Amino acid sequence: MFVKQVSVFLENKLGRLATVTKILGDNGIDISAMALADTTNFGILRMIVNNPDKAVSVLKEAGFTVSTTDVLAVEVDDRPGGLSAVLEVLQDNGISIEYAYSFIKRAGDKAFILFRVENPDRAVDLLKNTGIRVLEEKEVYAL
Amino acid sequence: MYWNKTFECMDREHLHELQSQRLVDTVKRVYFNVPYYRDKMQSVGLEPGDIKGVEDIAKLPFTIKQDLRDTYPYGMFAVPLSEVIRIHASSGTTGKPTVVGYTRKDIDTWAELVARVLTGVGAGRNSVVQVAYGYGLFTGGLGLHYGTERMGATVIPISGGNTRRQVMFMQDLGTTVLACTPSYALYIAETMEELGIKKEDLKLQAGIFGAEPWSDNMRKELEQRLGIKAIDIYGLSEVMGPGVACECLEQDGLHVFEDHFIPEVIDPDTGEVLPPGSIGELVITTITKEGLPVVRYRTRDITSLNFEPCACGRTHVRMSKVLGRTDDMLIIRGVNVFPSQIEHVLMNIGGTQPQYQLVVDRVNNLDELEVWVEIDDKLFSDEVRRLEDLENRITREIQNTLGINVTVKLVEPKTIARGDGKAKRVIDKRNI
Repeated sequence: MFVKQVSVFLENKLGRLATVTKILGDNGIDISAMALADTTNFGILRMIVNNPDKAVSVLKEAGFTVSTTDVLAVEVDDRPGGLSAVLEVLQDNGISIEYAYSFIKRAGDKAFILFRVENPDRAVDLLKNTGIRVLEEKEVYAL
Repeated sequence: MYWNKTFECMDREHLHELQSQRLVDTVKRVYFNVPYYRDKMQSVGLEPGDIKGVEDIAKLPFTIKQDLRDTYPYGMFAVPLSEVIRIHASSGTTGKPTVVGYTRKDIDTWAELVARVLTGVGAGRNSVVQVAYGYGLFTGGLGLHYGTERMGATVIPISGGNTRRQVMFMQDLGTTVLACTPSYALYIAETMEELGIKKEDLKLQAGIFGAEPWSDNMRKELEQRLGIKAIDIYGLSEVMGPGVACECLEQDGLHVFEDHFIPEVIDPDTGEVLPPGSIGELVITTITKEGLPVVRYRTRDITSLNFEPCACGRTHVRMSKVLGRTDDMLIIRGVNVFPSQIEHVLMNIGGTQPQYQLVVDRVNNLDELEVWVEIDDKLFSDEVRRLEDLENRITREIQNTLGINVTVKLVEPKTIARGDGKAKRVIDKRNI
């Protein structure tokens, strides 16, 4: 039910992001979503790729510090208020969101949002019970 | 010109005799009062009677900083605590500091030697001495303070920091002597310029600068910008504090106060005593200290000794400005820093030791220390908050250990160059 997100530690230096994307590209790994969190001195690159295990191993080989994190991929209606319906469920149940970002790809009138929450299992159950679709791992990698 | 001409200008023959008597006495005292010294001497088959004078000094085993750590806190004291009236301490490499103790007579001697220093640079009872060394466990502040009072000049115990106030006091109170680290003096000069205060607006005559290495170029700059004679003072807490040696107005080497200390220069690798003039590690034996006498203490400072007579009339031997260290100790803003201290902090935080590097630079005349830490799998988190917490925690704990500000920078693996497999721990960019 969870999607494996690949997280990479990056220094705030020219060309670091380009290096990561080049390594992934050379290894035939497709990035379907990404977000970059940055501070003055460093950044954390978070990505959803079609082959997370391979991404981790090639990046580690290149000397990067990499980890994987379980995140939720949630389908929302691509209309005003679509995201807030999802957020309300989480908020009403006291589940805090560490961070969230959206997919690049879109399918019809749906958008996909990735969530890292403090209690993923409970979040999945709650969302499903409310009729919100949470994507399977395979679906996401295939996007 | 002299505070104590009898001793400062004593002819070398009498000085030698005096040193011999005092050395013999010191050796007896440490043998009978400090089990650690007794064991050390016995292990090389020495008895106090074997030391009959200065010429026998090389028979004695060396003392090193580790000995003080091994006997922490009071193990090397040669008197009961009831005789000790003050403690100072320098930061330790693995958490525990090195503790030193002084009897009333030791404090008295120290004040006398600093009074000699001040008199030697032309200060007198009408002088106003601004002590901008840190007060506290560090020996700089109180050392200069007591010496100034002993001499009868006026002391301003302002301690370090608050540079604008330093400048205001220098101007308003008519400071004639400034005592601080040379890098801080340059920073004060810079602040003066920013505030539009000229050296002619001040009554400053001399600066007594020490606690960190500095060059003749820095001296020229300080003298020119502050309109003073810049004088180098040397000392270390294990031996006493500032005032073990100091330049006279000739500025051609630091007179070691030989009626209280016996200096030697040794080959740091073999321990062999080197002939006069050779460059090597300075070793000091205290010959009047009661609280914590040290016998052949290895300072790790590199210098040479010049026994030629000095134009100032003092007969005491002159050591050259300190040329460097035989270990990896850094002096940052006058504070002794060992890379192992930082290693220890990182170890406690991460459980394992990450790769790290210390980058020291001098920005606007102030030393800055950056600590680079490579982020490995163990330390990494995909949450910014956690990494920032880590950064803050490392910063805080290093600052608590060292007592100076540091900037911690989290860097990617393999950022730190590893020549022949071993990471270079220190990059010192300071151009001293």
